[in-house]
Amino acid sequence: MPHSDVLIVGGGPAGVAAALSLRKAGVQRVTLLDREASLGGATRHCSHSPFGMLEYGRLYFGAAYGRRLERDARAAGVEVLTGHSVASLDPDGTVEVSNAEGLARLSAERVLLSTGARETPRSARMLPGDRPVGVLTTGALQSYVAFHGLMPFRRPVILGSELVSYSAALTCLSHGARPVAMIDTHARPLARAPVTWFPHIVGVPVRAGVRIIDILGRSRVEAVRIEHQGTLETFECDGLLVTGNFVPEAALLWQAGHELNLRSGGPAVDQNGRCANPRFFAAGNLLRPIETGGWAFREGRAIGLEIARDLRNPPSDRSPVTVTHDEVVKLVVPNLLRRGQAPSPGFDRFQIRFQKPCRGRLSLEVDGRTRWHRSGTWLPERRVLVPMPDGVEGSHHIHFAFREE
Amino acid sequence: MATLSDERFDVAIIGGGVVGCAVARRFALAGAKIVLLERGTDILSGASKANSAILHTGFDAPPDSLELELVKAGREEYLAIHRDHGLHLVQTGALVCAWTELEAEKLDGIAQQGRSNGVAGLNLLTGAEARTLVPGLAQSLCAAVEVVGEHVIDPWSAPLSYITQAMALGAKVMRSCELLSGRFDGDWELETSQGLVRAGAVVNAAGLFGDVVDDRLGLTPEFSIKPRKGQFVVLDKAARSLVPKIILPVPNEITKGVVICPTAFGNVLVGPTAEEQEDRTRATVETETLEMLKEHGSRLIPALRHVPVTAIYAGLRPATEKKHYRVVSRPEKRAITLGGVRSTGLSAALGLGQHALKLYSEFGVPLAAPNEVPHVQVPNLTETEERDWQRPGHGEIVCHCEMVTRREIEAALTSPLPPGDFGGLRRRTRAGMGRCQGFYCNARLAELTKGHFVEPLAVSGRT
Repeated sequence: MPHSDVLIVGGGPAGVAAALSLRKAGVQRVTLLDREASLGGATRHCSHSPFGMLEYGRLYFGAAYGRRLERDARAAGVEVLTGHSVASLDPDGTVEVSNAEGLARLSAERVLLSTGARETPRSARMLPGDRPVGVLTTGALQSYVAFHGLMPFRRPVILGSELVSYSAALTCLSHGARPVAMIDTHARPLARAPVTWFPHIVGVPVRAGVRIIDILGRSRVEAVRIEHQGTLETFECDGLLVTGNFVPEAALLWQAGHELNLRSGGPAVDQNGRCANPRFFAAGNLLRPIETGGWAFREGRAIGLEIARDLRNPPSDRSPVTVTHDEVVKLVVPNLLRRGQAPSPGFDRFQIRFQKPCRGRLSLEVDGRTRWHRSGTWLPERRVLVPMPDGVEGSHHIHFAFREE
Repeated sequence: MATLSDERFDVAIIGGGVVGCAVARRFALAGAKIVLLERGTDILSGASKANSAILHTGFDAPPDSLELELVKAGREEYLAIHRDHGLHLVQTGALVCAWTELEAEKLDGIAQQGRSNGVAGLNLLTGAEARTLVPGLAQSLCAAVEVVGEHVIDPWSAPLSYITQAMALGAKVMRSCELLSGRFDGDWELETSQGLVRAGAVVNAAGLFGDVVDDRLGLTPEFSIKPRKGQFVVLDKAARSLVPKIILPVPNEITKGVVICPTAFGNVLVGPTAEEQEDRTRATVETETLEMLKEHGSRLIPALRHVPVTAIYAGLRPATEKKHYRVVSRPEKRAITLGGVRSTGLSAALGLGQHALKLYSEFGVPLAAPNEVPHVQVPNLTETEERDWQRPGHGEIVCHCEMVTRREIEAALTSPLPPGDFGGLRRRTRAGMGRCQGFYCNARLAELTKGHFVEPLAVSGRT
């Protein structure tokens, strides 16, 4: 069985950055697996740049970025295995893969999971109505456009108000589709201005705080019916684009029985990106849907260095303390802390996401003492960063509390 | 109206659901020249596309009923042929769970009825005993009946294999072909949306349109269809290990109730509801109902609360004003109606095929069985058996959630009965059926299926 020092599952920005920093740190056998035919992950079909800026009109920047990642990885001596789907992960670091030649098993001293995130589809949102062709996520739309030169609809309704939702609207407009409306269940957009001005500028009707009542269509979508401020409204359309609400692509971990942070759906990691099983590490949007490609890259690079350091010793035998939080908090990263280890760069602040819009005081309680607090209005999908107090990794109870105000 | 061809068929089967497919196979094996008319763009596009995929023992079927007889016959034949057809089954067994003392009092009667229905392997268990079999069940479980012989199967590959075998024996399948009217003058002349079809006899297996088809054939319908909608929630494969058995409720008079059921594909489904409605084609899902189903599942098996939803669907069952099957034979018109096959169609289909052939034999039209039975194997989609992605040369994995390979998709598209629509491809391969619902594969599938579907995935190329 081929054996590597480090196996990396997922060749997006986080996985590639980790591979590069591992090689740079002198780790010999670094193997990067990706199930797609080329590296880049979600950035390949993203219409905004991997460094978090909207790049109007430069729709294939993402694909070029992916090609550069792949070139860099190969040039750095990373063993790049594309077209390799991981079928299972064993706790001892053995991985079963399927490729065009069939099944194979690979093993490694450490495994880094960087499988990224995907949008929540219509089904998991339990949207009502018929189930015709033409209900898609942005990821699917962008693949139609970027890889196949196809369009799945001409007059979609777009659901969502995250950055990706506006990016989706832009993709439609630049490929001959005219959004009929942008609708969202939230009362105020999750993205920030000026991006949120976009539909108004191009004359696409916007409805916030809606409830989808019905999706109609026998074989293809024909209309979407919504309730908006107490009245019913019907948009005739030929598609529904379901955008955002990213979730970690963590199916492998579910099945492998790793300790997950159930609210985020991703794996629990400590301040060095190490999972509950210390042979495994995780980085990128798998941890926390979602950050930009640039963020994922920097995170991958930091965790790569951490793994290089970790390889000098046997896997950590310290049992971690779990960071807990009140219901309204959706996730905290890192959500494990292991005593006696300084946090990696990028993990020296707790990253927090909220479950739903709310107003109140968020505080960090460490062994019964409030070490940090802030009051304000909190929105889901917005980045919240809390500095990690000195010595927090040596404490016993770390809890994020929330009090409505 | 133009006659489609000079071809005359021995038997025209109206409806390409699981029953129609099974009847087509049985008649073809008996030597009949078959045409099957399906209104939808693919087979299994009515009631058969949405069911709970259980191969029933018949333990809870009405005693001494035709339904019980045919469920048992159908199950027996399935068990006899499944290996030859490449069909697999997962013997999960089932637990009929009593959650109140009142329900628990009924369990003895359920077990006794099951035994008098001729079903072996029925065991009365205490709540604690049942929880050793399914440890995830909530503490409040009072008692249960274990039904060892209940299986889950692939509900779409089975009928596909039946119709494929019929086709290998010369049966003709016409899709997007609606029956408009029929006239019998010793032979049937059927007017369809695709022209005239001539046949010696008709079998009405039109499911949700059973009464309409009888009416269009000029046969006075003996029942009327009362569509009963069932909504389902499919949970992620993460749930599968929590649900090793089919979890059944104690049934009431109206419905068998909501089931928590492992699937042959490794998911868990929760459903169906039982909602009467007028519309025979539209089966919508409703957010509140889906949430209720998810909540119901989580109450019975608390760990399901954290498992994400993979898919949602709704189907219509062709119920009638009476509970039992509505099978009518009219020898003078050479017509057989297989109606009111509500919720046990998948289990009873092969039995219904046998029964329909028996009724046909009373018409006095001799058939000569073919010399050879063609061997038909459908691709395996069941998780418990080897899948294509585990074998070399599959090209690529197109759908990562369900591990569907390009070779499987190409095989489906070039099979004797290629999918007529995206739903048909999903049922034949599982592509797009998984947790991401096409986030990764939908565009690739649009590319691979160009020119194959009545309603294509892509509306056009780049402008």
